[in-house]
Amino acid sequence: MSVTMIELDGVAKHYDAHVAVADVTLGIHKGEFIALMGPSGCGKTTTLRMIAGLDQPSAGEIRMWGRRLNDDPAWERDTPLVWQSYALFPFLSVQKNVEFGLKQRGMPAGPRAAKAREWMERMGIGAFADRSPSQLSGGQRQRVALARALATEPEILLLDEPLSALDPHLKVKMQAELVRLHRELGITFVCVTHSHSEAFAMADRVVIMNEGRVQQVGAPRDIYRRAGNRFVAEFIGGNNIIPGNIIGHGADGLAFSSPLGALSVASSQPEFAPGGEALLVISADNITIAAREAGLSNEVAAEVTTLDFAGSSVTVFLEAAGGTELRAQMPLRDLETLSLAPGARVFARWAAADGYFLRP
Amino acid sequence: MSGTLGRVLRGTFLYGWTALVFAFVFAPILSTVVFSFNADRFPSLPWGGFSLQWYEAVLADPTVRRSLVNSLIVAGGSAVIATFIGFTAAYVDYRFRFFGKSAYMALASLPPTVPPVILGVAMLTFEGRIGLSGTLFGIIAGHVVICAPFAMALIRMRLNDLDRDLEPAAWNLGSGPWKTLREVILPFTAPSILAALFITASVSFDEYMIAWFVSGLQETLPVRVLAMLQGQVSPRINAVGSLVFAVSVVLVVLAQILAGRSLGARKQK
Repeated sequence: MSVTMIELDGVAKHYDAHVAVADVTLGIHKGEFIALMGPSGCGKTTTLRMIAGLDQPSAGEIRMWGRRLNDDPAWERDTPLVWQSYALFPFLSVQKNVEFGLKQRGMPAGPRAAKAREWMERMGIGAFADRSPSQLSGGQRQRVALARALATEPEILLLDEPLSALDPHLKVKMQAELVRLHRELGITFVCVTHSHSEAFAMADRVVIMNEGRVQQVGAPRDIYRRAGNRFVAEFIGGNNIIPGNIIGHGADGLAFSSPLGALSVASSQPEFAPGGEALLVISADNITIAAREAGLSNEVAAEVTTLDFAGSSVTVFLEAAGGTELRAQMPLRDLETLSLAPGARVFARWAAADGYFLRP
Repeated sequence: MSGTLGRVLRGTFLYGWTALVFAFVFAPILSTVVFSFNADRFPSLPWGGFSLQWYEAVLADPTVRRSLVNSLIVAGGSAVIATFIGFTAAYVDYRFRFFGKSAYMALASLPPTVPPVILGVAMLTFEGRIGLSGTLFGIIAGHVVICAPFAMALIRMRLNDLDRDLEPAAWNLGSGPWKTLREVILPFTAPSILAALFITASVSFDEYMIAWFVSGLQETLPVRVLAMLQGQVSPRINAVGSLVFAVSVVLVVLAQILAGRSLGARKQK
């Protein structure tokens, strides 16, 4: 069902000795919202710039609809970018900014103005047509940047950290608006962000990058439920990562010896067999907290150290035997029924099927 | 002690001092302008009455008229060429990184530090060889050498304020590099380009030394003025001096306003 629009094939970018992108192979589907995510310096922005033709790959090939794109100059690609700094032309009015791309394509003044109007209305900036960008707020500038990029009606829109310069409340609003815009337009969105909450909230698929390489590609939920490696498990946050050894088969699956004691893991991962080191990953929201011991297999006595409130959900930090830190995430309502406070002694437990292994 | 009184005294002193310095700087020029309208032949008080006779005499003098025309041609030509070269040098500095860039910038800024006499002699020798000395273009060439660095400095200041993403943003929207130069870089730098045109025109219009060496029979106005002085002392000198001064002031003020506008835009940001 998904048609590949853009292919990156072993793409690398070196600046003298510095490697910005080491080796990226990735297919971007037509019409999807894909987020490139990773810590700063992971090569996500350079990858985006290479798609736009603003940086030239040192190795590898970029293809659009199967055609090699490497040697096409930026001004001959139809890959408009929404800049982190917005990069609006300060000497042009909002309307002239929005018209810029249309003008480059040789559209006559009349239809050009009409098309720009249409996009300004759509982005809710119609009232500012004659203003200078310097007279607008950050959120309004962002809309101008979007209108300017979309006015030529491209098949793809590139976004470089589109929300990073906005106030927190605007951020959430704009996030929803980008998702809506993507759904309405049906074109491909490629968005670079360092924030996993942004990426997971907006994208159909997320590409997690580190040190110039792709670490994992997948739907937000799949990545969250099954991190591909230790970097991803740590980077997306909210995971408990416990080192230990697989010692044999137990009633519920594999028996795992860890600082928390003997645990059982029912993961269908044939590559993990008894007799090796492994990391056990349990997502924080799969851990439940109980006041009393129930005698289940994965049950650990622990003490509550901190409570971290994020709106209606709470992350409870626990210290278990041997000083191992655990975190459990739960709705605020559940916390209130448990009446938890720092210092409380509780039992943390999870189902054997909720844990999975990673290579150390 | 009364702080208010102290402040008032200090303020008065500062204003007075500033006025004195300006008086010292401008008194000679002012007296030139004042006596250029004096009916008497000798620059002494009391004033002999208002008269435009010296201006009439000056404007009737064909050598002065020719040198004024020469000066205007030279100033216009030098300004256009020097600003063009200054713009390209500033843009190269803005846009590219390359080996030897600091040497390039040092060389590009060097000419005004060379003593004009040396530059004049060198120009004469060089232009004599290639058959340019004694022509208006020869003077223009000499003036371009000293004017271009001023133009470069002004335009470079403006380019420093240009968001680094703007040029790539224009490419990204389908505008090729030359079109981007025309549609993004030129509109953005326009105030500094105009300021550079006026400043370089004024530098060229006032320049005496190189023009004296290179001009031959094609005298410019400053060269003519000195020749007149050497011949006889006449109040006509005051009239010519006032004219030269007026042209320069207009050019510099225009440049100031334009440069101020582009700096004002920076502050707003």
